Amino acid sequence: MTTETTPLTREQLDPFAGKSCGPDRQSRDPIAQSDIRSWVEALGDTNPIYVDEASAKATGRSSIIAPPAMLQVWSMAGLLKKPASPPHGARQELIALLAEAGFTSVVATNCEQEYIREAVPGDIITASEVIESVSDQKDTALGRGHFVTTLITFTDSDGAIIGNQRWRLFRFAPPNRKPAAEARPPRPRPAMNRDNAFFFEGTLAQELRIQRCDGCGTLRHPPSPACGTCQSFDWTAEAMSGRGTIHSFVVNHHPQVPAFNYPLVVALVDLEEGVRFVAEMPDAEPDDVSIGLPVEVRFRQQGDDLALPYFVLAPSQPAGER
Amino acid sequence: MSNLSGKTAIAGIGATEFSKDSGRSELQLAAESILAALTDAGLTPADVDGLVTYTMEKNPEVEVARALGMGDIKYFGRVNFGGGAPGAVVLQAAMAVATGVADVVVCYRAFNERSGRRFGAGVQDRGTEPSAENAGYAWYTPHGLVTPAQWAAMAGRRYMHDSGATTEALGAVAVAARRHAATNPKAWFYERPITLEDHAESRWIAEPLRLLDCCQESDGAQALVIVSAERARDLPQKPAIIKAAAQGISGSTAMMTAYYGDDIGHLTEMTLVADQLWADAQLTPADIPTAIIYDHFTPYVLMQLESFGFCGRGEAKDFVRDGNVELGGRLPINTHGGQLGEAYIHGMNGVAEGVRQIRGTAVNQVADVQNTVVTGGAGVPTSGLILGADR
Ligand SMILES: [Zn+2]
Repeated sequence: MTTETTPLTREQLDPFAGKSCGPDRQSRDPIAQSDIRSWVEALGDTNPIYVDEASAKATGRSSIIAPPAMLQVWSMAGLLKKPASPPHGARQELIALLAEAGFTSVVATNCEQEYIREAVPGDIITASEVIESVSDQKDTALGRGHFVTTLITFTDSDGAIIGNQRWRLFRFAPPNRKPAAEARPPRPRPAMNRDNAFFFEGTLAQELRIQRCDGCGTLRHPPSPACGTCQSFDWTAEAMSGRGTIHSFVVNHHPQVPAFNYPLVVALVDLEEGVRFVAEMPDAEPDDVSIGLPVEVRFRQQGDDLALPYFVLAPSQPAGER
Repeated sequence: MSNLSGKTAIAGIGATEFSKDSGRSELQLAAESILAALTDAGLTPADVDGLVTYTMEKNPEVEVARALGMGDIKYFGRVNFGGGAPGAVVLQAAMAVATGVADVVVCYRAFNERSGRRFGAGVQDRGTEPSAENAGYAWYTPHGLVTPAQWAAMAGRRYMHDSGATTEALGAVAVAARRHAATNPKAWFYERPITLEDHAESRWIAEPLRLLDCCQESDGAQALVIVSAERARDLPQKPAIIKAAAQGISGSTAMMTAYYGDDIGHLTEMTLVADQLWADAQLTPADIPTAIIYDHFTPYVLMQLESFGFCGRGEAKDFVRDGNVELGGRLPINTHGGQLGEAYIHGMNGVAEGVRQIRGTAVNQVADVQNTVVTGGAGVPTSGLILGADR
């Protein structure tokens, strides 16, 4: 389950394609061999063509080269305080639009780089970023959202492209922080079989169905394939009124199974038709419950395919009408 | 009426220590207790040709036989319904011996019920495979009735309502058990008696049951050796003659949820057991100076006293007052401390205490015990025994 989101149309999203993400960023210094050496040593890359002129020339290159994976490094802002992102611009407008529609979380999903020419010491690199695309709405394991892809183009001082990078983010609706009552694990499910399925079909239809023997008319619960009174295997499921009185009850305190609220009142009820039935009384205060009190059945869904009955104390009636 | 009375005897008893964490496997507990019982009986594993245990037991007969190097096992059987079985396993063993199917039958029950799988934790994770057994829980577990204490509380509440029994009556049962445990070095609650106030102030588990209304959870094992009465006379211990053994399912009996009969505070199956025992042993309640009454939950002890006729229907609340079920009273019950005080070994430790009372070797010995009653779990398909001294 995710939070409510508003669908966005292509008409709202398409205009962002091709829009600039802000001013171009230029490397602060020309590429230097010392920077390359620091980087490859930190990463443990021992390829000699990054640091040794002779080795580089032996491969047919004219000099050492910068490792291609450093493509993005040269135009990074550095460790000093970065200039604030521009408060306005296409990127900010897109983020605001997505957030407004409910897609407030973000995760980087992938990064692809394409290398066109090898950078060498002395190059000055300029990065230019545009919004390339915004996907249709997608449902993923993380939640529902849109993929936003930006394209960064890296150029040298002559304006020639040396490489580019596609950077993909998923902007999505975070998982719903459900209230505690709804976050409970499901309660134990009843084992259903050919003898009791009729009962749970009944609760889905808001009926408390009990078997009545076709042979002798005896009601029986719990269900059984045959009548203990006359041995008939023929029976009909009959809807009870749901009214009865409390025959006994328990108030459970310990252990506490996470599916339930405690203290938990569970009642054994004499249905007015003459059989007993056990069900929870989730809304009852333990002090309000006692043997002999009238109750009425209610039903509630437990997921799509199961409904369970429960009892509530019957509203009190004026004296004389009982 | 059966013709089993007097033909067989319990000739040996053996147990491990009773603890909350045995530190060893359930199979080792089983093997240790059986070896102890055989030693007590003056027999060896090679003499054993029959094994009976509970359906719930997790130590298979073949593993037990292999662990102890037993020879040819000619009879093995199991009894269902948990704590209802202690008298029933003895009945199965006695029938096998009396009919000549087997000569030396060992009954055993072994578990790490406290340090391993705790029964008190509930059956909420039980599967939904469509068996009748699972479907039987469909009326309870989805509504939060998942533990034995909760199931027992429903019948207990109605019994208290109908009989007028109060918390004080439940407390009297707990106080007696803990008094007896306090002087039994084998009991978990050795030297830890309680008062009625302690009971009434203990925390709720499932109203109307408090913590001190509920038996312990324990690690341990108990074994019994059953042979013919004739053979028992040649063995080292004074025989505990099986004067009667009986099982019962009656009317609306169910596995802890017998909620649908006319009177759910009346144990129809235990009454059936009691009637058979009195008839087969040709005894009456007046002949019984002490009894082992299965004490998983205190209200069921009151109900059982009525099932056996130790008092009238609805009168147990008065019968248990003033120390009447403690040492020195009319009917001291659970002189080992019971499952409230000694240990919860599914009632098998109670059978052993019955044997000790007949031998005259109990730590809380009652004077001149010629006969004693041992009951199985109440509120389930159950069983019982009358053990007696030899003629
Ligand atoms: Zn019928």
